[in-house]
Amino acid sequence: MGAGGFLVLSVFLACCVESVEALTVILATGVTRGWRASLWGAAGAVAVLAVIVAVMGPAVTRVPLDWLRLLVGGLLLVFGLQWLRKATLRAAGLKALHDEAAVYDRQIAAANAAGGKPTSGLDRYAFTLSFKAVLLEGLEVVFIVLTFGANQGSIPLAAVGGIAAVVLVSAAGFAVRAPLTRVPENTLKFVVGVMLTAFGVFWSGEAAGVNWPGADGALLALIAVIGLAALGLARAARPALADPALAGPALPDPAEVIR
Amino acid sequence: MKALRAVLAVLSDLVIGDDWRITAGIIAVLGLTAVLAHHGLPAWWLPPLAVVALLAGTVWAARRRAGSVP
Repeated sequence: MGAGGFLVLSVFLACCVESVEALTVILATGVTRGWRASLWGAAGAVAVLAVIVAVMGPAVTRVPLDWLRLLVGGLLLVFGLQWLRKATLRAAGLKALHDEAAVYDRQIAAANAAGGKPTSGLDRYAFTLSFKAVLLEGLEVVFIVLTFGANQGSIPLAAVGGIAAVVLVSAAGFAVRAPLTRVPENTLKFVVGVMLTAFGVFWSGEAAGVNWPGADGALLALIAVIGLAALGLARAARPALADPALAGPALPDPAEVIR
Repeated sequence: MKALRAVLAVLSDLVIGDDWRITAGIIAVLGLTAVLAHHGLPAWWLPPLAVVALLAGTVWAARRRAGSVP
């Protein structure tokens, strides 16, 4: 797989995770409060995101490439490592697994508890909730697409990965009208964390003056090293907790958690 | 105002996240890498090694906070 393939795949996987999170809120508000306000909220957020992309996109391409790579590579590395930290903690049993079904149930309960569903006009509660979810998760999608795209010199190619993820997740979500619990989100987050971190190391290192042995091939080695290290850490962080006196019930096997 | 605060919270989450030491460590590592590269020394080994060390440090700190390490 070439650099372009990795770019599209990484953006696609990362954007899938963000899309699932936004869709869970849209579905929960749509089912409980009505689809009209929920979908208008999502559409409003998409319109705001389009304006942000229109302003930020051209600005990104005007920054000198070396500085852009250092800044964006560094940001990506921070973002990726924070993501990988959470995924490693989940795999080690030190953080609760992200459960989209539970999030969906909580949103349903909150929407029902909000009460006061209007008989006419737009339901402000559903609109606001849906708008916020799509705007916040969408900002992360925009960040991922712009950083990956700008670094590889192809924002359109990164956008293909991002749009494909949003379209696929939306289609799947509305087809089943339920949270996408079948998407192995914790596994996906682990893989995405490894890929974002590896890309971040590669690009920021290159911008700082590193000559990578094997040129672009070093990216594969970075993915392998960082992935194995994170897996090893998840396993190593477990044993002390496995002491029943300290941790209570037995923890899941990291290999099972991230499968 | 609420929307601006929400956007700032997202940006803070992206840049600082749950552990500010990751961001500080990465800035330090990139600076050191640039210094090594500027002096013509091999620097390719430093970023991956530092990233693994930072990850280990932050996971270990979280484990300690969870009370699993005496």
